[in-house]
Amino acid sequence: MLFELEGVVLARGGRRVLDGFDCRIRAGVSALVGPSGSGKSTVLRLLDRLSDPDAGTVRYRGTDVRLRDPLELRREVCLVPQLPALLAGTIADNIAFAADLAERQPDHDALLGHAGLDPAYGGRDVSQLSVGEKQRAMLARALALEPRVLLLDEPTSALDPGARSAIEATIARLADELDVSIVLVTHDLEQARRLAAWIVRVEAGRAAGEGEAEELLLT
Amino acid sequence: MTPGIDVTLGEVAASLTLVAIAIAISRWSSAELEGEMGIAVLRSFVQLTAIGYVIQLIFDDGSLWLVAALLATSIGFGTLTARSRAHKVPRPTLPLLIALTAAAATTIGLVLVLGIFEASARYLVPVGGMVIGNAMTASAVALNRLGDEFAQGAGEIEATLALGATARQAALPHLRRSLRSGTIALIDSTKTTGLIFFPGTMVGMLLAGADPVDAVRLQLILLWVLLGAAAISALVSTALAYRGFFTDAQQLRDPPPP
Repeated sequence: MLFELEGVVLARGGRRVLDGFDCRIRAGVSALVGPSGSGKSTVLRLLDRLSDPDAGTVRYRGTDVRLRDPLELRREVCLVPQLPALLAGTIADNIAFAADLAERQPDHDALLGHAGLDPAYGGRDVSQLSVGEKQRAMLARALALEPRVLLLDEPTSALDPGARSAIEATIARLADELDVSIVLVTHDLEQARRLAAWIVRVEAGRAAGEGEAEELLLT
Repeated sequence: MTPGIDVTLGEVAASLTLVAIAIAISRWSSAELEGEMGIAVLRSFVQLTAIGYVIQLIFDDGSLWLVAALLATSIGFGTLTARSRAHKVPRPTLPLLIALTAAAATTIGLVLVLGIFEASARYLVPVGGMVIGNAMTASAVALNRLGDEFAQGAGEIEATLALGATARQAALPHLRRSLRSGTIALIDSTKTTGLIFFPGTMVGMLLAGADPVDAVRLQLILLWVLLGAAAISALVSTALAYRGFFTDAQQLRDPPPP
């Protein structure tokens, strides 16, 4: 299994966001599906140690994530947040920043291409981009780390239907073309079915079910 | 009194006329600042009168230990005052205390080593007071801005951490802006000095009958010393205080809402 969560409890502001969360996430494309506020984004943040649980264990490839160096883990398991948050400068600056962290030599054109952006976009200042373009720039920046796992938090929630389809196509292509597993958080069951082979349903801070997408969505 | 100037208590009291005008304006415009102005006038009178006697004692005694005690007390009050402006920063007291001490020690140490001022109470008390006051303002403004930066930029900071950046790398753009905020006012006033305003030391010396060239030279030294103190204070306070926002595992203690 790529990730396993056992008895995970996490409280925030006096409220239990996760309350005994158990699930397994398989390699390939997986999705955490559930309504807003159910705790699925919080699960995603636990997977690369942007938070630690109050109780319970999160394992990545069989090892407790707390035994891993958090910086190395995040370069291997990279989270792309729901709201685009790029550093000031151009897209190329952002890609170079990420590549430096992972000590990679970035192929800007290829990275932009994987994220569905024209190579000419490299010189664009991030303040001039649309939300969809920023989302793609975030993806290109994350790919510059050459991660083994991408954690995508509601990657299409801020987009119109046209842009949403295009990003979905990009995600599907990434999974096919690159050796990268993807864990997707979405509130949209249909989107999960279109993209993911393994689905975990999240309800009120607990995993309400997990399994192959086709089987789980029939129940 | 100094030969060039002789101020009676009556003249001091007469200067309250301007405060009365300010209070009248506040009342007329319903700005509700009358109480604050009254407190400010009263506090400045009591504090300055008291410190005047304390300084007189220190000057008469001449002990450098007393000077050090006075400056240490100023650093303590400065830390407490700046802390109230940094309420969004976790545990700001120690960073502020270290920043003010570092600014005072470095700048006063430097002017003594360079022989600009002699190591006597007459120089160290006023210069030390100015240095600590300016360092306090600079670090208070810098940490106030740092708190706002982390409150508003938590999403960007966490997105940078998610790339495997260290806490320092993620905080760096915000640290730069905070440092800039802390020092820009003094940089601007240094740029415009002599054009738009005359600084206090120079005015005081001229009023006391000093040679204008001497007054200008002393003022230049003080301006540059204060600029250094403000920069050191803002730099040290932000460089230490930002760590309070992060855990040892390079996580934000107060992450952005999902």
